[in-house]
Amino acid sequence: MSLSAFSARLFPTMRQQAVARLAAPSSTFARFYTTKYTQEHEWVKIEDGVATVGITNHAQEALGEIVFVEAAELKDIEKGETIGSVESVKAASDIYAPITGTVIEVNQVLGDEPGLLNTACETDGWLCKIQVKDQSEFNELLSAEDYARFCEESH
Amino acid sequence: MLASLRFARSLASATSSNFARSSQRAYSAAATGEVLKKTVLHDYHVENGGKMVPFAGWSMPVQYSNLGVGASHLWTRQNASVFDVSHMLATRITGKDRVKFYESITVADIEALKVGQSTLSVFTNENGGIIDDTIICKQEDSLYVVSNAGCADKDLAHIRAHLKEFQNKGGDVDLKIIDDHQLIALQGPKAAAVLEGLVGKDLRDLPFMDGRSMTIKGIECHVARSGYTGEDGFEISVPNGDAVEFTKLLIADPRVELAGLGARDSLRLEAGLCLYGHDMDDTITPIEAGLTWTIGKRRRAEGGFLGAAKIQDQLKNGVSKRRIGLIVQGAPAREGALIYSNGELIGNVTSGCPSPSLKKNVAMGYVKNGLHKSGTELEVEVRGRKQKAVVTKMPFVPAGYHKV
Repeated sequence: MSLSAFSARLFPTMRQQAVARLAAPSSTFARFYTTKYTQEHEWVKIEDGVATVGITNHAQEALGEIVFVEAAELKDIEKGETIGSVESVKAASDIYAPITGTVIEVNQVLGDEPGLLNTACETDGWLCKIQVKDQSEFNELLSAEDYARFCEESH
Repeated sequence: MLASLRFARSLASATSSNFARSSQRAYSAAATGEVLKKTVLHDYHVENGGKMVPFAGWSMPVQYSNLGVGASHLWTRQNASVFDVSHMLATRITGKDRVKFYESITVADIEALKVGQSTLSVFTNENGGIIDDTIICKQEDSLYVVSNAGCADKDLAHIRAHLKEFQNKGGDVDLKIIDDHQLIALQGPKAAAVLEGLVGKDLRDLPFMDGRSMTIKGIECHVARSGYTGEDGFEISVPNGDAVEFTKLLIADPRVELAGLGARDSLRLEAGLCLYGHDMDDTITPIEAGLTWTIGKRRRAEGGFLGAAKIQDQLKNGVSKRRIGLIVQGAPAREGALIYSNGELIGNVTSGCPSPSLKKNVAMGYVKNGLHKSGTELEVEVRGRKQKAVVTKMPFVPAGYHKV
């Protein structure tokens, strides 16, 4: 579920940036261009009311080789609830629901290939999809800039 | 002991260069603003991509930028790695009553050691609990003793209190902290070939747990054939002024890489070796910890060390809990995970990680006596889910210790 691949399909490459700039934040188009972040080092993208959730590149780098992923269960979840775990040799890290809703799909590939989180955590290595209950929760998450600043400050 | 020791686990903590489990306790000191101590090799680590973390009051490399923890672990199992272990407490014990004094505070049969030989031992308290584990090396004129950095303050307070008492009774013994040498470990199946190349002679006649002084490329070293990885290897004491140069000599060999605390922890766990503060503490006796073998026959019979009565009673009448190894299905079990047998809580995990060598989850912990036998099927709870686990003989990976 690559963002760049998706947008490239929708728009001729040369026009991509111009369209992105023109698209107002509240427009339908904006959904395809907005990724939000949490202080728990997760990224969230929303498309048609469904949030795709993964861990950030910053997180996978800090964790090192990921050897195990415990997938979320398909059920209703509250924002902040533990919905799984990713583990490297040195540490286990919980994944917290970035948004309230219902887990409708988990990335089955990670069960056999947890290393996908090291090579493609922000694309093919997504963790789960959540049917969002209240989209305003999404807007409260960190922007890419805010998240970058947060990572810098917390070091 | 059955209380959950679960630590804060989140990506947020993992990203703040947190060497999660093994240094969790050591971290609290750093959090209070204590200035971290540095080994002589500190700048060398940083220059070589060492990711420095607070550990037992020291700034130590958890890993290096060229190899992840898993890759560094496997490199050590197949080739050789250098670990800076200079943060450990090294002491020299002198005086003609030194053996008698050390036998009063440890369970070792030091009398029986030949000059040059070392043994793993433990300092015990009045209840037979383990204050720390230690390596005691018998040298011509002294004992050379190495113990954990994280226990340095309490070890010294304990030893000095008993030392004073011993001296007051007329005992001839003295203790000096060795701070003019660094300790560098070279570990792995190729360690001997690498060191032999530098020494210029064969080391086949140097047995495991034996040490001797030698000059390596003009540097006066003490080389002990020991380590904490389960592999053949050496722990080399080098004068402070030569430590960086010596490390560069080792690293110049293409068979050698630098390794940090991360790989050291998973290597020792696969080797079935205890980490103090996790797999043993001052409430656990050496019998419970599976370290009965460190108590020589004479010491078992004679006692004469702190907590001897309790330990002799356990030797005779058995123990209520025992340290075991586990292979766990599903998610890796970490420190604090609870262990069940047919639904009954019977113990907890004290260390655990995914084993890079076996590609299975290994763990050690304590269970009720009787449920400790190899092949016993148990359950370990991870994040509320009970997972199958089998009691497994340790080491999990065959040891590569050198036999003469």
